[in-house]
Amino acid sequence: MRLCCRFCFAVLMLLLFVQPQFAQGPSANPAMLKAKAQNVPEIPAELVPNFLKLPPNLYFGESIGVATNSKGHVFVYDRGHETRLFEFDQTGKFLRFIGDGLYGFAFAHVVRVDPQDNIWAIDEGTNMVIKFNPEGQVLMLLGRRPESHGLEASPPPGTPVPEARPYVFNRPTDVAWDAAGNIYVSDGYGNSRVVKYDKNGRFIKSVGTRGNQPYQFNTPHSIASDAKGNIYVADRGNRRIQVFDSDLVLRAIYDQVGAPWAVCITPGPHQYLYSSNSNPNNSGPEASAVTGEIYKMELDGTIVGKFGKAGKLPGELSTVHEMDCRNDNEITVAEITGWRVQRFKLSLRMQTSSARQE
Amino acid sequence: MAKLFLIAALFCTGSLFAQLYVPEIPFDSTPNLLKMPEHLYLGEAVGVATNSKGNIFVYTRTGTSYVTFGTSRAFANGGARLFEFDPSGKFVREIGQNLYGFVFAHTVRVDPQDNIWVVDEGSNMIIKFNPEGRVVMTMGRKAEEMRIPAAPAPMPEAPAAAAGGRGPGGGGGGRGGVAVPGAPVGAGAQTDVFNRPTDVAWDAAGNIFVSDGYGNSRVAKFDKNGVFIKSWGSRGTEPGQFNTPHTIATDAQGNVYVGDRGNRRIQVFDNGGEFKKAYLNVGAPWAVCISPGPHQYLFSSNSNGTSDMENGEIYKMELDGKILGKFGTAGKLLKEFGSVHEIDCRNPNEILVGEITNWRVQKLTLHPSASGTR
Repeated sequence: MRLCCRFCFAVLMLLLFVQPQFAQGPSANPAMLKAKAQNVPEIPAELVPNFLKLPPNLYFGESIGVATNSKGHVFVYDRGHETRLFEFDQTGKFLRFIGDGLYGFAFAHVVRVDPQDNIWAIDEGTNMVIKFNPEGQVLMLLGRRPESHGLEASPPPGTPVPEARPYVFNRPTDVAWDAAGNIYVSDGYGNSRVVKYDKNGRFIKSVGTRGNQPYQFNTPHSIASDAKGNIYVADRGNRRIQVFDSDLVLRAIYDQVGAPWAVCITPGPHQYLYSSNSNPNNSGPEASAVTGEIYKMELDGTIVGKFGKAGKLPGELSTVHEMDCRNDNEITVAEITGWRVQRFKLSLRMQTSSARQE
Repeated sequence: MAKLFLIAALFCTGSLFAQLYVPEIPFDSTPNLLKMPEHLYLGEAVGVATNSKGNIFVYTRTGTSYVTFGTSRAFANGGARLFEFDPSGKFVREIGQNLYGFVFAHTVRVDPQDNIWVVDEGSNMIIKFNPEGRVVMTMGRKAEEMRIPAAPAPMPEAPAAAAGGRGPGGGGGGRGGVAVPGAPVGAGAQTDVFNRPTDVAWDAAGNIFVSDGYGNSRVAKFDKNGVFIKSWGSRGTEPGQFNTPHTIATDAQGNVYVGDRGNRRIQVFDNGGEFKKAYLNVGAPWAVCISPGPHQYLFSSNSNGTSDMENGEIYKMELDGKILGKFGTAGKLLKEFGSVHEIDCRNPNEILVGEITNWRVQKLTLHPSASGTR
């Protein structure tokens, strides 16, 4: 208990001395990838073996998005031969594809399930956010796939990004909702903003430009909301989580957990925030040694503990891209370079890093 | 009543003036009209039309177009599909599966003999199917290959060659139009070489009128056998010129109504292409439709852009341009519109609309008498 208090104090001190990060390429120096937080207790995590069972002749590619619904069904948004959305039951048995050959599917990014069990796919190839009802029919669309009149050459590096427009995304990354059903889209690789729509898809406002100051983003990559409607934006390139209220007023910045590739907030009366400091794609041993861990935090940014490490073996993590945390202590992760979805059961008993068996 | 007189007085002075008061026409929309089979999804529902039996045809941008690599040239296919539904919205069949000319859907129309005509902006083709769904006539030709990367859009003055259809990528979007030496910009060649054509209509004799289009800025007339007769128009804002002629319809007298979208006007021509008048008071006509029967009506949609939620209302007019009422607005809910791209008005009180951004077709039941309009 004393340890825990001391730890909380350390985190508080860290928070008091938050400095804005400079936008430096994290891959330049592996040491820079290391999260600031020190002496974080290790949460024992047990891998659920053979979790998702793919039928013969069916394969994942980059299984980049994962989410569950209220029944425990698992949805995987996958970059394969085509971008596809898989549905599995709660035992991991494959059920079906949703949106076969969909016009909005080109390059998967994430999938989320809202409180009404609607399924939302965010596609960074078509610049679309697609809402399916639980039966798998398209209910609403945000953004529009660019018209194709032949292949066009990519703009040369350094070409300015066109000004963001209310209903046009530029490689969007993720979606979240508040209790009123307002929709928040993190947008994204091209634009650097968060956009708020009402539940019927009408634009309300957007905040953010590219940069490293408060209210600026360098790849807002993941987004989540808490029960009060606060919006947590994983500002990956700036290695920080920016917390906004539902009017998109900045309330806090957490910068002690490395580069937040994926964030997730648990439901229920006591909510936790999970954030993954994923190892970058194809990271070498030096970078992998200081990345890959997933943090469990209080909503105020206090770190509760961490688990996981970079690697290719079962139970290790290969560039976690999305997390599902519907159940507090059962985390399901989708990994880019591992082409797999893994589920971990977390123990509530903590281990401090000094007590951990190496 | 005074209002009615005012409106009548306004129209006696000519239909070019903006109408002060346009009544709202009450309407309903049938929820979940089209029932897709499992594992089949509509994409952008850019084209919708009905035949005499009330069956519904939807030409949709869906699936993924692909390029065949591993050869010295790039060949592009796919990206559009044509579906048929019965009047209740039950799926009947797919027509033209994997058809060579299905690349980037634009519109579908059904002629009085129930033939189904597809206008494809990507392959630069007009394809006529008989009611059984077999190809019976083609106009235009798909470009043999795709240039990668696409050439930049030609400047309006560029002396580009006219012959050889510009396919997807051939003109890099071709928004500047195909210049024919000695001819005004957008006039096109005196053939069925289209540059991103948009729509098709017929007169009572079966003559074919094609609005052409994004690249060219003309209307081309062919006889019923597809033999070129004439074309008129070039790029510009003068009467008889066009800035994206996007939709076309004919009345029983054979007059031709062209939705000149970029110029925000409907231009009316006689059967030989002589300019008669223009209607300037209904916004940008994305889609026009003329109902059959003894008393014909003209519908025109002032659709919202695909990246905004402005406007969206559809006007019901007399053929002379008098506005009878309007209905609808932009949005994503039922009874709201996401960039209406084609209207079917075979029954003037039961309108079908195909939407770009909402990926759906709505059936709208109008109640014109409820508002005092016809």
